[in-house]
Amino acid sequence: MLRQVEGSKAVADTVAACRPQVICAYPISPQTHIVEGLSQLVKNGELQNCEFINVESEFAAMSVAIGASATGARTYTATASQGLLYMVEAVFNASGLGLPIVMTVANRAIGAPINIWNDHSDSMSQRDSGWIQIYAETNQEAADLHVQAFRIAEELSLPVMVCMDGFILTHAYERVDVAEQEQVDQFLPPYAPRQILDPSNPVSIGAMVGPEAFTEVKYMAHMKTLSALAVIPKVAKDFEIIFGRSSGGLIRRHKTLGAQTIVIALGSVLGTIKDVIDEMVAADIAIGVLGIIAFRPFPTTEVREALSQAKRVIVLEKAFQVGVGGIVIDNVREALRGTNTAAYTVIAGLGGRPITKQSLRSYFDKAVNDQVEELTFLDLDKDLADAELAREAGR
Amino acid sequence: MSTTPIKFYQVGSFAVGNRLLSADDRSIQSDPDRTNALTSGHRACQGCGEALGARYALDAAMRATNEKIIAVNATGCLEVFSTPYPESSWRIAWLHSLFGNAPAVATGVAAALKAQGKSDIRVIGQGGDGATVDIGFGALSGMFERNDDVLYICYDNEAYMNTGVQRSGATPPAARTATTQAVGENPGNVFGQGKNLPRIAMAHEIPYVATATVADLRDLEAKVTKAMSFRGARYIHVLVPCPLGWGSASCDTIKIARLATQSGLFPVFEAEHGEVVASTAIRHRVDVEEYLKLQVRYSHLFSPKRRDDVITHLQSIADKNIARYNLISDESASS
Repeated sequence: MLRQVEGSKAVADTVAACRPQVICAYPISPQTHIVEGLSQLVKNGELQNCEFINVESEFAAMSVAIGASATGARTYTATASQGLLYMVEAVFNASGLGLPIVMTVANRAIGAPINIWNDHSDSMSQRDSGWIQIYAETNQEAADLHVQAFRIAEELSLPVMVCMDGFILTHAYERVDVAEQEQVDQFLPPYAPRQILDPSNPVSIGAMVGPEAFTEVKYMAHMKTLSALAVIPKVAKDFEIIFGRSSGGLIRRHKTLGAQTIVIALGSVLGTIKDVIDEMVAADIAIGVLGIIAFRPFPTTEVREALSQAKRVIVLEKAFQVGVGGIVIDNVREALRGTNTAAYTVIAGLGGRPITKQSLRSYFDKAVNDQVEELTFLDLDKDLADAELAREAGR
Repeated sequence: MSTTPIKFYQVGSFAVGNRLLSADDRSIQSDPDRTNALTSGHRACQGCGEALGARYALDAAMRATNEKIIAVNATGCLEVFSTPYPESSWRIAWLHSLFGNAPAVATGVAAALKAQGKSDIRVIGQGGDGATVDIGFGALSGMFERNDDVLYICYDNEAYMNTGVQRSGATPPAARTATTQAVGENPGNVFGQGKNLPRIAMAHEIPYVATATVADLRDLEAKVTKAMSFRGARYIHVLVPCPLGWGSASCDTIKIARLATQSGLFPVFEAEHGEVVASTAIRHRVDVEEYLKLQVRYSHLFSPKRRDDVITHLQSIADKNIARYNLISDESASS
């Protein structure tokens, strides 16, 4: 049903339609509105056969989710930023145990300095956690990806992180076609766990594995995660058949055909980038956009194919590896292996700094002529930062 | 006062399953149809108190629930010695996640069961003292505060034994551990620190809190059975001597546990909704020295120089317990 709704509310209502049986919640901005919405739905009886657990920390949130999922319940939680980092040990444990938990990450910066606004530092820090990561561009996609996330998670018996930009999406009111219960029921069958804690058929889950088998266990996890590259597009296709709209998948192209320059990004900033690209294309500049929806596993083959005709690639990232540079670019370079395609990184939007069309246009205009550094911090007040560095060095 | 109507006081007859008793009065462990929840073949040390306590506790819980138990285990000795892949000593549904999250994982299991309408299946969380009083303390307090339907059992051997006997928040004063060495002017663990988790559990006003030791396994069985008659958060704290960590003879595990109670250092009691409702009277009171001298972790109190000041200090702790929990009853005083 089409509604003018806050992103968090659209996600909460969509998650509720997925009939989760256990939801655990610990407050952290900008994720809070999602679990507040779900708490209300459970309390007023709209979401039945569901336990809503108010836990004492994010570490407990993920731990409750682990216990619930291992006992055969469809399980959901949401977090962001410091909260995601606080639960990290359990995040890795959930994937190691192969538990199909779905978690929303309302992307937010990581301190210090403390900062509540959006960037991708939180979920990017978990790129090696063994979770599938999918990034939403719009609130419509954020809502839709949650329905798909449960399907993907349960089909693979792997946890899925749905990443949506904090505030930019979570707190934005816009038109969303919120999934109907009948459609969700048609799309998402009841959870049939591969393994379950059951006294009538007891199993030991979480044994200690030594050097003689650990590599095999990790290799199997790698192969299983890679198989998501086939499952994610299939689920997106099924979704389109039932819901009549396209959401999700591995990557999304916009005007990449014949583009000499291709900009790569994740999440909501793709909207702003497309606006700029459309203006540039109208001015006969051969530039296009490649949105990455599935970042883990990384769709190397699809990205390679999408970039095959490009002369240069610009990767816009909302997080970076301190002392190294971009994160996404590392994966893109793998896709570009053996080509002469130039690749530039632009770090933008850290800690919620607005990414304006004007700044993007200015940067892209230089980049299409290869007049940018390999690594650029967009809208950086370099004089100020350099002066401070010089002052500290002289102390 | 106490929950177990039958006591075996005579030296040499502490064994459970006395054949002179009627079948109903025999211990759960003496039942040939017991679950063997933690079955033989595991890799615990000889004389391990934790293995013994866990086996009795879980077999009792299995009987009390018509064999419908899911157990969640914290990382630690109990987890490591029972499940070296591809082997498992657990004959019950069992989940190990992490060191510090067993209470929260147990909450999740209970929530899933409730959501699925499987209220006949009950949940047990278990871990050592490190997992319980230190790294998992926040999760345990949260589980208590929400009054989740979980029985959490702490097997307390008073240090991090799995990692090589380091101090925990449950290590008693003056005890030598790998991180509180018997050197310097005040050898061993410091006085005035440490957590009394049974009392902290009581402060949450949860339905049931009890302490027990492996010296009185029928009492442990009875308390687990009683705990399963409650819904909501329950806590049992079991003293389980560790021959390796305490530097005691493997054959002395039961004896040392008994001396811990008979000296007053480890009070055995029950509490309901935050109030003590029963305590087990000391039958033959002993000085703490009798307990201390069997353990290498306290040997620095006796040689090269006897530390009467420290021993007196420890005795005062035992005396305080005896007064607080009323451990010397008229009956025991006259015997």
